[in-house]
Amino acid sequence: MVARSGGPTLIRYVGRRALQAIPLLIGIVTLIFLILHLAPGDPTAIWFNPSIPPEVLDRMRVNMGVDQPLHVQYVRWVKAFLSGDFGYSYTHFRPVRDVIGDALPNTLLLGGTSLLVIFGVGCAVGSLQAVRQYGPTDSLLTFVTLFLYSMPGFWLGLMLILVASTSLSWLGLPVFGMTSVDHSLLGPLGKITDVAQHLVLPTIALGLASAAGVARYMRGEMLEVIQQDYIRTARAKGLPERTVILRHALRNALIPVVSLLGLYLPLLFGGALVIEVVFSWPGMGRLMYDGILARDYPLVMAASFLFGALVVVGSLIADLLYAFVDPRIRYE
Amino acid sequence: MSKQAPSENRGGQSGFLDIFLPGVSALLAGRLSGFLVLGSWLTLLGVTWFRRARILDLFAHPAWDGILALLSLVVLLVATWLAGNRGSDQLTGSHEAEVGRSPVALAGRRFRRHHQAVLGLALLASLTVVTLLTPILAPFDPDVMNLSTGRLLAPSAAHWMGTDELGRDLLSRVLYGARISLIIGFLAVLIAITLGTLIGSVAGYAGGWVDAILMRIVDLFLSFPRLVLLITVVAVFQPSIPLIVVVLGLTGWMGVSRLVRGQVLSVREREYVQAARALGYGAGRVLGRHILPNVLTPVIVAATLGIGNAILAEAALSFLGLGVQPPTASWGNIIQSGGDRIIDAWWISTFPGLAIVLTVMSFNLVGDGLRDALDPRHVE
Repeated sequence: MVARSGGPTLIRYVGRRALQAIPLLIGIVTLIFLILHLAPGDPTAIWFNPSIPPEVLDRMRVNMGVDQPLHVQYVRWVKAFLSGDFGYSYTHFRPVRDVIGDALPNTLLLGGTSLLVIFGVGCAVGSLQAVRQYGPTDSLLTFVTLFLYSMPGFWLGLMLILVASTSLSWLGLPVFGMTSVDHSLLGPLGKITDVAQHLVLPTIALGLASAAGVARYMRGEMLEVIQQDYIRTARAKGLPERTVILRHALRNALIPVVSLLGLYLPLLFGGALVIEVVFSWPGMGRLMYDGILARDYPLVMAASFLFGALVVVGSLIADLLYAFVDPRIRYE
Repeated sequence: MSKQAPSENRGGQSGFLDIFLPGVSALLAGRLSGFLVLGSWLTLLGVTWFRRARILDLFAHPAWDGILALLSLVVLLVATWLAGNRGSDQLTGSHEAEVGRSPVALAGRRFRRHHQAVLGLALLASLTVVTLLTPILAPFDPDVMNLSTGRLLAPSAAHWMGTDELGRDLLSRVLYGARISLIIGFLAVLIAITLGTLIGSVAGYAGGWVDAILMRIVDLFLSFPRLVLLITVVAVFQPSIPLIVVVLGLTGWMGVSRLVRGQVLSVREREYVQAARALGYGAGRVLGRHILPNVLTPVIVAATLGIGNAILAEAALSFLGLGVQPPTASWGNIIQSGGDRIIDAWWISTFPGLAIVLTVMSFNLVGDGLRDALDPRHVE
């Protein structure tokens, strides 16, 4: 069933693929529920405080619904999560949904710029290596990408902070938070530049290791494509090497790279968690980390669910994108 | 290695000098193995000589890790000597045996021609030796503080990596941290490949709805960022090393199970498997004896790369304070302890990070090399 054009087949494919995401989301909610209930004690044990009288603890149990049988709790839990009701944050004294609503855009911003770096830098470096196969540039970059690929992002972040505050301090790159203290006084353009400057280091720290991974993959893809007959044909036609590489080889090598997107998303959001802590980036990772330290369980569980949901939705988009860029894809 | 027949002695004949300097005749014959054997021998002798006070101390106050270190030193010395005097030309000397010997000679040769992989293996072997000998090598006790005069000293001849905010020697802490990180990595991957092989072979062999359900579980675990899942579990339970190992194992099996399932599906209907089934063998025996040996090589590759990933995940977890708990040193928590003073005491976070990069890179190099060497389609 090979579809050349869009039309009903594509729409049906999109619909079916979207439907597959729902059991995954339910699975994630279930997994979090299991983790929470495998833990010793019930949620009231969080406030392990002997001065709370037992009657109050009992009332708290009723309020939280933990006096109900497990299956009732489970159904309630799934329903609440899928409808976006994550309960009330103990530390922020606000519904978790609102707390997360403030942080989610910041994580998406950081994740978005990092994705640009991952695929932009990764594909550029990988193609450059392939074009210069076995040359000194290739060997050097092979080593560099391997080194970066093995590097923990949080450590790279600390090293960037070190360098940006000492030998590169003349660059004036901020190493902390998302906005400067005088952010509210800046004009609209100044605000954007301010955030952009704060984005630079966390983006590099989050993206560079994965960019190296993409480069390694891209190099292999590009080398394979360059050997194809149609590249020889293009060269035989007398096209300039530039056109052959950029228009004929690169485009075809990029197609399988799109499928890496789904693979790198869990890594991206897991990494965002640590990078946000390193740079005090006010996103979901930072929120989750602070929530753990303060034992704010509703917040932690909601953030955990949303990270999973982001990957599911992201992979869905990646699959659709793949189907879109590769006309040979089978809609099955 | 000790089983090797003398007829395989293709190197230079081992001579009189080899009794004192094993490998020297092979070196004179221009062989890399001679260089390696002689180098290891001299290094080990040097360690024994320069750390003789510490070795005597370990005899005086025996502890399990001290005894293990002493035993390893003796075994390494004997093995190196034997390697030099038997004229073995294997690059994988006996002290590297735990890294794994290739079952196929051809693959072994391809691996040895893969320079990056050989470099990775050499790094891993040195790392393993260093880890075994840590109680002898470490210049200081990693937990002894010096609050009066030893706080936050920059790297110097006495403290090669400097000291931390409690005056503890950083080199010793990084050395002891290596042990924790490597053990956690190895055990976690052991759990992961066992679980992955089990689930993958059941899914592939049973097929049908069992397969469908198991593969949806794989999808589920794949869509959860590993670190987020780890943190969620550790947040609910108390962090401890066994918990970290188990959870790292439980979050690392999906790749292996997909590999194994694919392989089982591809050989399930082959004639020799049908023959085994026709002979009345049970599913366990057919799987274990006839199907799973086929997947051994890709699983080894996945395991090698998996250890690197597990070490990275453990480091991140410990960095967040949710992994290995102080005062036990792990690379992640040393980096964390230096994070607040990264500018005025850069050495605290820098050195353990370099140790992580070097270790993970070695595993990646070996993993890549094995993949290329074990790939039967690989043409040179």
